[in-house]
Amino acid sequence: MRFLMKTDYYQDIRIFKYRSTFFWYVALIIGCLLLPKVVDEYLVSQFSFICIYAVAAVGLMLLTGFTGQISMGHAAFFAIGSYTSAILTSHGVPFLIALPASGLVAAIVGVIIGRPILHLTGLYLAIATMGAAFIIEEILVRWESLTNGNMGFLVDPPVIFGFNFDTEASFFYLSLLVLALTLLLAKNILRSPTGRAFIAIRDSEIAAEAMGIDLPNFKTQAFAISAFFTGIAGCLYAHKIMFINPESYTIVLSIELLAIVIIGGLGSLHGAVFGSMFFIFLPQLIIISKDYLPTFIQDQTGLQPALFGLLIVLVMLFEPMGIYGKWLKTKFYFEWFPLYKKDSFKREKKYQKAERH
Amino acid sequence: MQFFNEFTQTIINGVAIGCIYGMVALGFVLIYKSTEVINFAQGELLMLGAFIAYSLITMLHFPYWLALITTILAMGIVGALLERVVLRPLVGEPAYAIVIVTIGISYFIKSVVSMIPGWGTDTYGFKTPFTDKYVRSGELVVSWEYISIIAIALLLIAAVFLFFRYSRMGTAMRATSQNQLAAVYMGISVTRVFSLTWTIAAALGGIGGILLAPITFVHMNMGFIGLKAVPAAVLGGFTSPPGAIVGGLIIGITESLAGVYLPDGWKDIAAWIILIGVLIIRPQGLFGIQEKKKV
Repeated sequence: MRFLMKTDYYQDIRIFKYRSTFFWYVALIIGCLLLPKVVDEYLVSQFSFICIYAVAAVGLMLLTGFTGQISMGHAAFFAIGSYTSAILTSHGVPFLIALPASGLVAAIVGVIIGRPILHLTGLYLAIATMGAAFIIEEILVRWESLTNGNMGFLVDPPVIFGFNFDTEASFFYLSLLVLALTLLLAKNILRSPTGRAFIAIRDSEIAAEAMGIDLPNFKTQAFAISAFFTGIAGCLYAHKIMFINPESYTIVLSIELLAIVIIGGLGSLHGAVFGSMFFIFLPQLIIISKDYLPTFIQDQTGLQPALFGLLIVLVMLFEPMGIYGKWLKTKFYFEWFPLYKKDSFKREKKYQKAERH
Repeated sequence: MQFFNEFTQTIINGVAIGCIYGMVALGFVLIYKSTEVINFAQGELLMLGAFIAYSLITMLHFPYWLALITTILAMGIVGALLERVVLRPLVGEPAYAIVIVTIGISYFIKSVVSMIPGWGTDTYGFKTPFTDKYVRSGELVVSWEYISIIAIALLLIAAVFLFFRYSRMGTAMRATSQNQLAAVYMGISVTRVFSLTWTIAAALGGIGGILLAPITFVHMNMGFIGLKAVPAAVLGGFTSPPGAIVGGLIIGITESLAGVYLPDGWKDIAAWIILIGVLIIRPQGLFGIQEKKKV
């Protein structure tokens, strides 16, 4: 608990609330930069995947966590990002142009899809985005002259000004940089009037409309920004795994992205990163812990998805606010140490009343 | 005549598949009506039901009808257990949290099925009393399997409809879906309503699995059909049980027509194109009720 003496309204929307926060972020960045020196190559490549998924998760977090619009079709934007970059770089366009271009194409498709369906709310919107993603997936399979269909595409590692990012460590630095820029951009969007409009829409559409927020316009903006980040992540993903085909971008990926933001904790950028870490490290932990299990369980290929499903259920059962919620509660516990009560965060029992008549 | 026969055949296949979509969609609708949650594990419940029926028939040599009833009971128990263990503690949590939990359940069921000895990742089939029997009328040949699917589905749908319309518990379930608090004041046990809802939905999924098995065979990825039932439910309005059936039939027929008369690929996305069209033009579906916003 700290006392903050505010002398200026702008202090409310500063990027870092406390000076110490800034210090910790600098420490984190230095830690990340030293990472490839400390851990082996395989882990470094996993960290690259964390960065890639985190970029996509930040995109989905802006839409789902901050604007309150659930999307179950983000795999489509991810795929569009991947294919745009793959096609552009194969025609000799430099990576530095292909990267933002993949985001932009995804954003444009996001606007085209989003505009007609964004008047839907809640689960209806989720279903509509899911349907759109199925259609885009099918287009990727059938438009063979452009996408090679099910044969897929070979993608080269990114090259910027002649420097080839073909080692694990260099690719990790690249994706870390993109993640850092993404977070900074997202943070800045959120403290701009646009971002505050998003949050207002999430909290109450009617109140937001009454305050003069143009709902269709801002929802489309949120959708486009979200698609942009997801497209960027898709571009990095394509250059990371170096082979893409439509099978990598199914409904399963959309659901995984949604699971990442919800497990991470809706409504926080930290949550997007925490969720990605959970999602990438969980399979690793399961592989490590396999050695301690009886052999007849070890040999099962279904073990990993089973535990993944079980853990999703358990996380939601015991911490519906996600990992970031748990983190905040732990911090609260230490800040208020002797005063913490068991019931501080007791859940209220609520009854539902349908809005149907 | 050739065209007419082919066309009728396609329609009958579409109706049969549509009945299964309708039954899965009915499971969605029941759960959505009472708890405002879409159960994404519905497709996996269907797959589980098919596997249970397969084991009963081929391993334990149960007669078909006994296997059908046992599977319904078993799936009912699975549904009730799921509700009791996983979903009851989450009552009152936001809907998205529960939706994610159902996705987790679907992962879990799918991978557990792949691990059970004798089930695994292979494709199986089992014999029903309707296998290899056909009705001929002129050039038209209709398999008994399709007729049995349509008949059983219609029978069950009628049973569900009568249950909701006339039984005490059905009335209680309708009341709960309108207003939980008022239902509690009227002395309805909301927890019992929830657990019965999940029981019925899981049992419907199981029956769908048994009926689907002769057409697509029994395998781990049968559950994907559950996703196809989502457009059916939306088309029907998501809150209307008869709507779910009509939606299922429309989707089934369109899909099988698209499979025969349109180029490759349209069959898989026909349902989703209809879905987006419906959502843009008439979001409340064919039989749904317009939701009102309240401040």
